[in-house]
Amino acid sequence: MQGTITLKRRPRLCMGAAIAGKKEGEGPLGGGFDQVIEDDLFGEESWEKAECRFFYTAADTCIRKAGLTHRQVDVMLGGDLLNQITSASMAARELKIPFLGLYGACSTMAESLCIGAMLVDAGHVRTALCAASSHFCSAERQYRFPLEYGNQRTPTAQWTVTGCGASLLSSDERLPAIARCTHVTIGRVTDLGIADANNMGAAMAPAAADTLARHFADTGRSAGDYDLIVTGDLGQVGHDILLELMRQRGTPLAKDKYVDCGLLVFSPDQDVHAGGSGCGCSAIVLNSHIMERLRKGEIHRVLFMATGALLSTTTSQQGETIPGIAHAIVLEGEQPCSGA
Amino acid sequence: MFDKNAKPSPRRQDQLDRYKRLVERMSPNSQMGKGLLRAYWLGGAICAFGQFLQEAGKMWLGMNNTAAGTFCSTVLVFLTALLTGIGVWDRIGQYAGAGAFVPITGFANAVVSPAIEFRREGLVLGLGAKLFTIAGPVLVWGVSASVIVGIIYAIWPW
Repeated sequence: MQGTITLKRRPRLCMGAAIAGKKEGEGPLGGGFDQVIEDDLFGEESWEKAECRFFYTAADTCIRKAGLTHRQVDVMLGGDLLNQITSASMAARELKIPFLGLYGACSTMAESLCIGAMLVDAGHVRTALCAASSHFCSAERQYRFPLEYGNQRTPTAQWTVTGCGASLLSSDERLPAIARCTHVTIGRVTDLGIADANNMGAAMAPAAADTLARHFADTGRSAGDYDLIVTGDLGQVGHDILLELMRQRGTPLAKDKYVDCGLLVFSPDQDVHAGGSGCGCSAIVLNSHIMERLRKGEIHRVLFMATGALLSTTTSQQGETIPGIAHAIVLEGEQPCSGA
Repeated sequence: MFDKNAKPSPRRQDQLDRYKRLVERMSPNSQMGKGLLRAYWLGGAICAFGQFLQEAGKMWLGMNNTAAGTFCSTVLVFLTALLTGIGVWDRIGQYAGAGAFVPITGFANAVVSPAIEFRREGLVLGLGAKLFTIAGPVLVWGVSASVIVGIIYAIWPW
């Protein structure tokens, strides 16, 4: 067992909240979000503050939906894409919940769930809030170009999702439960030499394949044991590559039981090229669409695996290749599977 | 350990090569034909409009050649800055690529867009420091290249 942890007390995934931006709201999952914010600035004066407010709103909504107050949450784990993860920490400043800031690039939602589930499972905390956010405009100015710059995007480029998702984990039996967390597989940093920052799907796919392979080896399971395998933001290119890599490893994924949040969140006619990306991508899809399906019993056992590209503009400019990572967590619905 | 030029082991190199081929096979390429066509027609249209401005300056505004040239550049730069400011130019750029930024219009967009973006960090450390983040490299190497060409021109015997 390298990196796969069995959670003996099966912590409860009690509640999820997803706050999304306008473009995400216009996408196929638009109806499922708790709130769609039409204004990119969310009433604030900068993109960074707007992202912060997305984070705060998602966390607050999630806690209130579970019928708790901020003081009843023992720890908050989360992060975002900005330098020094300021969106998360500035939101934590307002929330006043003990806070561990995490950076796993776009894998942050899975990273926070993995750590949160382990903390709850071990009995160190009763209730943990896990969250991740991203904002198209703040990410664009930090990683790429000013918004109004007329550059052309390549077909492999992805569109950073504006939004924040938050999940509440607890060992408290009185809280409602959507699912239970049963296994956690911590990812290894994997790099197969991709240096093109406009093709992050290709940079992250090997990490996803590595985590999946180790998860299957450690648990003795195969892809067929899952009703749904969900990756974070591999996009069209990474999605196809992961399918191919798993086929080459002799453990193919069934096309109808594998989805990527980056492909779910936007429709192809929204001009997002290879699909959505960013911490918020997997966070808002998990905390709306996937959780809803778990709650309804359409799917029972889900492997949620968010992938991250651990690059910075500095390492990119210095010609470094892009290290990828993928963390996975197994969620088992409280509802018996309806077989849909 | 962190030397990126270090030669990987043959087994690792083979893995990297195989993955590179897989990625190339799986990644969609830019559509060259469509891209070229769009760049040519829009770039051409911008240039034709520029020529029209020059001729109009000479014919109706009584300008000489130099003044008409300056008039053309000024109007194109102003229009691009305006379209950048109202959030239209980035769409034109996405549509036409080099067709939109090779004429002087691209330069205007490259200066105005950071000015808008970084205004929030203040006039000095925001706007002032970031104004030429995109246009800066073009200026540095453009000026350097013209100096070198100038020197060669000056000492060229004929």
